[in-house]
Amino acid sequence: MAYRANILISSAAPGAQEVEQALLDKIYEHHLDNEVQVMQAATLGPQLQGVELVIYPEGTHYVHLTPEDARVIVEEHLLKGRPVERLMFKGIEVEPLEAPASKEIRVVLRNVGKIDPGNIDDYIAVDGYAALGKVLTEMTPEQVLEELKRSGLRGRGGAGFPTHLKWTFARNAPGDAKFVICNGDEGDPGAFMNRRVLEGDPHAVIEGMAIAAYVIGARQGYFYVRAEYPIAISTLRIAIQQARDYGLLGENILGTDFSFDLEVRMGAGAFVCGEETALMQSIEGARGMPTTRPPFPATKGLWAKPSNINNVETYANVPQIILNGGGWFASMGTEKSKGTKTFAIAGKVKRTGLIEVPLGVTIREIVYDVGGGILNDKKFKAVQTGGPMGGCIPEKYLDLPVDYENLAKVGSIMGSGGFVVMDEDTCMVDIARFFMEFTQDESCGKCVPCRVGTRRMLEILTDICEGRGQPGDIERLEAMAKYIARASLCGLGQGAPNPVLSTIEHFRDEYEAHIYEKRCPAKVCKPLIEYVIDPETCIGCTRCARNCPVNAIAGKPKQTHVIDPSVCVRCGICKQVCPVNAISIESKGKLPEA
Amino acid sequence: MKSLEELQKIKERALERRRMSAEGVRVRVVVAMGTCGIAAGARDTMTAILDELEKQKVTDVAVTQTGCIGLCEYEPIVQVQIGDGEMVTYGKLSAERVPALVEKHVVGGEPIAEWAIKQTA
Amino acid sequence: MEEHMNLLTTVLERYGGDPEALVEILRDLSQENGYVSQDLLVAVADRLRLPRSHVHSVASFYSMISVEPRGRHTVQMCQDAPCHVAGGREVWQALEEALGIHFGETTPDGEWTLQITSCLGLCSVGPVITIDGEVYGNMTPTKVQELLGHYRGGCCGGNQGGAA
Repeated sequence: MAYRANILISSAAPGAQEVEQALLDKIYEHHLDNEVQVMQAATLGPQLQGVELVIYPEGTHYVHLTPEDARVIVEEHLLKGRPVERLMFKGIEVEPLEAPASKEIRVVLRNVGKIDPGNIDDYIAVDGYAALGKVLTEMTPEQVLEELKRSGLRGRGGAGFPTHLKWTFARNAPGDAKFVICNGDEGDPGAFMNRRVLEGDPHAVIEGMAIAAYVIGARQGYFYVRAEYPIAISTLRIAIQQARDYGLLGENILGTDFSFDLEVRMGAGAFVCGEETALMQSIEGARGMPTTRPPFPATKGLWAKPSNINNVETYANVPQIILNGGGWFASMGTEKSKGTKTFAIAGKVKRTGLIEVPLGVTIREIVYDVGGGILNDKKFKAVQTGGPMGGCIPEKYLDLPVDYENLAKVGSIMGSGGFVVMDEDTCMVDIARFFMEFTQDESCGKCVPCRVGTRRMLEILTDICEGRGQPGDIERLEAMAKYIARASLCGLGQGAPNPVLSTIEHFRDEYEAHIYEKRCPAKVCKPLIEYVIDPETCIGCTRCARNCPVNAIAGKPKQTHVIDPSVCVRCGICKQVCPVNAISIESKGKLPEA
Repeated sequence: MKSLEELQKIKERALERRRMSAEGVRVRVVVAMGTCGIAAGARDTMTAILDELEKQKVTDVAVTQTGCIGLCEYEPIVQVQIGDGEMVTYGKLSAERVPALVEKHVVGGEPIAEWAIKQTA
Repeated sequence: MEEHMNLLTTVLERYGGDPEALVEILRDLSQENGYVSQDLLVAVADRLRLPRSHVHSVASFYSMISVEPRGRHTVQMCQDAPCHVAGGREVWQALEEALGIHFGETTPDGEWTLQITSCLGLCSVGPVITIDGEVYGNMTPTKVQELLGHYRGGCCGGNQGGAA
């Protein structure tokens, strides 16, 4: 059948569904459905301009549409043949771009986006390498350690171990050859702060490592960067070469008897290599598997020599602490967590991205002031911090100041600074399963608790999500979590149960609903939900039945349609295409069989 | 470099060079070229800026690059500063927008308000 | 075969024949040759004077080192949460449909391999895919079609969608 008009709608745009519904309603109302065909295209043109429509054959392009606009277009353009001038595309997109006025304090990111990372002179112009100069000519290693101690700087990669202690251990360890290592294997999904520092201000990290080398007595350093960051690696290599050309790396730096050089090593795609002992295995050219601790890297690290390993952000803080003093750094943050921290905000907030704030800001400030609040003004449910080894923090802790101690207290961790916000449409059992899938996949397989334990936990979680949960499953998960956390070799296994434990602690009712009532309160877990057509609203347009990929919908034109739940695969297409919003998701659950 | 004095000299030279280059330069254009920028098309934007400046025979403009400025969802990001004036940060500045940007802001001196990223409270 | 050995010599020289650089050597070989064949693995072990078992164990550990043949072009897609919520599922489906294969597979004509990658740290321009190492952000099903068409058109450069 030929149509007199074809309409393309940008279905990927936010709000497109409502506009399309309004459009279809109007088309049906005027019985134009045999003359006009509506088709979905993800986007029209290079950039989204709100909800867009193009009406062919004339090719009229409407942009930034509301449902009301769509109704007007049907009445005017389609019915009366009068294109609606005011809604038409005017050539130049006007999209409001907004950035929050800064709550940020930039220490680690102070140069990022301000200097040319490919030019060492740019870094030197903003006092680059002045801290190294000061350390080499005016300070003893002990004085540097004292300054670090005063600053209260703690490791920014995970556990938050005091940096001055780590350096002291490596300094005091006997041995003539020692190494300084930078952990740039930033693997937590959604966390990309290290990439940004390496790409934007590589010399700050190099300078921090050189200072560490001076303190512990190393003359060789390694930069381990994940291969997923090719541009960071090339920027870093250029920076190292420029530092060598200036004599800021190499023999007798700045005329002193301190010599230090750096080598870049790339990973090859293994999450566990972010764990420090596994990382050192990988630098040595072996399978990146963790080793037992003790001995700790500070006494027996790379090639069994004393080694100091910190992450990118930790080293990047060091030059600033030397230049401005430990007291300056300690003036930011909370009692035990000093300074600033970068966070990668992701998930259901209006503004995602990377920020640097003083430790001690509350979750509410990050979510609402910096992140702009929850997307579509839905309800905040939880925030997941610390990556796959972290935990989920519920609404009642919205005013919790974010620092190492407080996060630990509520069952999560700081980690590298991942901050994933979840709204009411997120199923916490499903999220726990998602993270367990990740750790299970990334488990290196060396120790049994992690290799087998995470698999068993994943099986139980999958059963619960798919409606096969048994009474006692929660207790089983809790018991296994305890063993895995205690008996695993490295941080990956020790932290793997965290997402499960914290969701059980804070959202036990959701687990119980899945297990005892076979119900998913957030209506996410497919085997526990049903798509249902409301007979009052259904207009019998047949659209859902025609679009169903498995023919699960029965019904004649102009009559109420019915979905057969035994055939339905819960793909959700019917709900998307229904012009009158008659289809809803239900998770009624069923009582346990006697 | 063998001494702290030399480091200080390099710093002064770098600052001096920045002032010097600022003299012949009327406008500074900075393109954010982190991976996020490149993935969103910053390299095309950069090429388009250089091409357009050449086409319009504009010579008093310094085009430089920097890392990610932290508003990745608005990449490609371009910053324009005339003299010592305020730096305007543009978001989603795709190659198609470059001719208008060069003509209106870089040459004409009039920022294009609706493409700029606004600071909100 | 000889070609393989020339490549091996080039890559080994790049790292000064250093056995410590085994992970990088294998990754480069995998990327530049498409995969590391059994012959290559044996040759690497011999040239670096490492036990073959050690080279095998390392090659099989890292996801970026492939011991199976791959297509002429490799498409990778991030499957982590931030890309997923940004419309990754649609892009995922579009890729599978356009190439007629599932993730982890290679087309029968040896042209395309579809792989999952871990987070590329480009979450704010997600969904992100890479084609032969070039990064493309803000992907949509429509853009997938355009991009693949561009590569199919015989040109191997990647300037179309933004990256280079």
